[in-house]
Amino acid sequence: MIKKTLNIKNKLGLHARPAALLAQTASKYESRVLLIKDGQEIDCKSILGIMMLAIAYGSDIDIHVDGIDEDNAMAKIENLINNKFHEE
Amino acid sequence: MLKGIAASSGIAIGKVFLFEEEEFIIARRDLAENEIKKEVMRFRKAIAVVKEDMKRTSKSAYEKIGKKHSRLFDAYVMILDDPMLKNGVIKMVVKEKVNVEHALQVTINRIFQSFMEVKDEYLRERSRDIIDMGKKILKSLIGMERNGLKEIPAEVIVVAHNLSPSDTIAMRKDKVIGFAIDMGGKTSHTAILAHSLGIPAVVGLKNITYNVRPDDTVIIDGNQGIIIVNPDEITIKNYEREKKKHLDAVKELDKLRDLSAVTTDGHTIELSANIEVPEEIPMIYESGSAGIGLYRTEYLFMNRNELPTEEEQYRQYSEVSKSILPYSVIIRTLDLGADRMADGMEALAERNPFMGLRALRYCLKHPEIFRSQLRAILRAAVHGNMKILLPMISAVEELRNAKEFLVKTQEELRKEGIPFKEDIELGVMIEIPSAVLTAEILAKEVDFLSIGTNDLIQYSLAVDRVNENVAELYNPLSLAVLRLIKMIIEKGHKSGKWVGMCGEMASDPEFTKILIGMGLDELSMSAISLPKIKDSIRSISFSSAQELADEVLSAKEQSEIIKILKRDKLRS
Repeated sequence: MIKKTLNIKNKLGLHARPAALLAQTASKYESRVLLIKDGQEIDCKSILGIMMLAIAYGSDIDIHVDGIDEDNAMAKIENLINNKFHEE
Repeated sequence: MLKGIAASSGIAIGKVFLFEEEEFIIARRDLAENEIKKEVMRFRKAIAVVKEDMKRTSKSAYEKIGKKHSRLFDAYVMILDDPMLKNGVIKMVVKEKVNVEHALQVTINRIFQSFMEVKDEYLRERSRDIIDMGKKILKSLIGMERNGLKEIPAEVIVVAHNLSPSDTIAMRKDKVIGFAIDMGGKTSHTAILAHSLGIPAVVGLKNITYNVRPDDTVIIDGNQGIIIVNPDEITIKNYEREKKKHLDAVKELDKLRDLSAVTTDGHTIELSANIEVPEEIPMIYESGSAGIGLYRTEYLFMNRNELPTEEEQYRQYSEVSKSILPYSVIIRTLDLGADRMADGMEALAERNPFMGLRALRYCLKHPEIFRSQLRAILRAAVHGNMKILLPMISAVEELRNAKEFLVKTQEELRKEGIPFKEDIELGVMIEIPSAVLTAEILAKEVDFLSIGTNDLIQYSLAVDRVNENVAELYNPLSLAVLRLIKMIIEKGHKSGKWVGMCGEMASDPEFTKILIGMGLDELSMSAISLPKIKDSIRSISFSSAQELADEVLSAKEQSEIIKILKRDKLRS
């Protein structure tokens, strides 16, 4: 299992579109992907779960990836978040 | 006895037809062990059906309005695939051995509740998407089994939680003698349509669907907004008498049909009708109106999966325009916004939809939608006498943009060799204070002005007309509103153009005299209100109406206005 703490740099936080992109990306992999914020843990493949956390600009989130393709999955997710979801 | 809101006058006595739609009443049913697998399959199938539907909608949205907006439907598809929803429902079906409809409703509600706790307003708004998706899945699950409106047996009173415009339209008019609805207010769609069809209706009953069973007998008292379930014989007899009285009064007004709306001293007012769907045209013939003063096109766009094509619009507009000849039709271009949207339109999450991207503003931002509507109108205008009305103009620049667009569209049609109306008359709605203040400039560039009172009141008094907390401040007779109306009429006339009114105010006999006195040339209203208004016009003199208007306009406060009107009523 790989664990990483990432910082959300989108001005508007994880709104519908970035939430969708994140869930879509996580869904591409076999591995189980968890997103944890302030002790709340959700399935990162769930757009509803991500939106429900209302992750704002500047917040830190933990990503846990566990499975056969965990390296790839983590790399892609990290890339997406660090590139502000190609939004700005 | 149940009390609701009187939405359409008259009395109806008959059997209940319980229409189940939208808000389904879902019962929990326990499953036998061997049913569980089948139940899960039903759910997967329903999801697949809705997903296909959403993909189709996404595709047509992509073709019509571009990639950015079709993403919304992609988001819907993702919700359908979401593990929180999907696994949540399946887990519950398997663990608790309950029917999938129940599990779905519980799961959706749970997700909805957590969304409501989110601090971010925008995300909280998205909870509607989840409810929407839940409804779509439910519909697909039980859609086949519900009571369809097309199969209404005999003359019945339709009892429903809510009726969408398409439901209302799908009903056989000769079979429905009354409506009793849980939801809605005086201006809800069912109310407006029932009113224009002359069918008694009571809305806002909250829970009538729980209080009646199919084939119960009910009385609808559309005059008082009352429903009586399974009445005794005496009550029925009393109401039969009431019903006869009401019908007699209607008949009396019918005699006015072929008379013109002229005051006792010979001043003629043009009276025309508002319509939403072609089905209302027979009512217009009966009302004795001089044409259509407001054809709202929104209903053609709503409650369907995709936007209507140019051809479909052309067919409907032509039908309306042909059938109303020799009179004219004033057709209003699309008046939608974040408060009321059609599927296939870019969804807007606006904090203040009434001041947002709506009506003409929306159309100018979405040229494809505007273009196909204008083309359809211009083509249909060949078959009749059509005029275009542009809603929500706030400055002359907007009007010029729209006119430029219209000219461009005409050039396109010319190049393609498609017949269309060259010199179509154009008018603007005056419903924003900035348009009132510049009405003489606007009037010079168009053929007529039409006052939309609902929005004019809302915008000038800063009162949201659907907000219960400030409902009492929504006052058509406020001095400011009356002054604005007077200003519009004067400015319009100064520029040599006629001025009409197509809002609620035009259909209320309380206001007729003062409106006539201020100099309005035309009033447009629902067909059913027309005889009453004609009757009041025929009983007043123009000179006394002018005096009344002058007196009211010089009042200094609300109580004075009310006093003046009361005195005038006593005198006549």
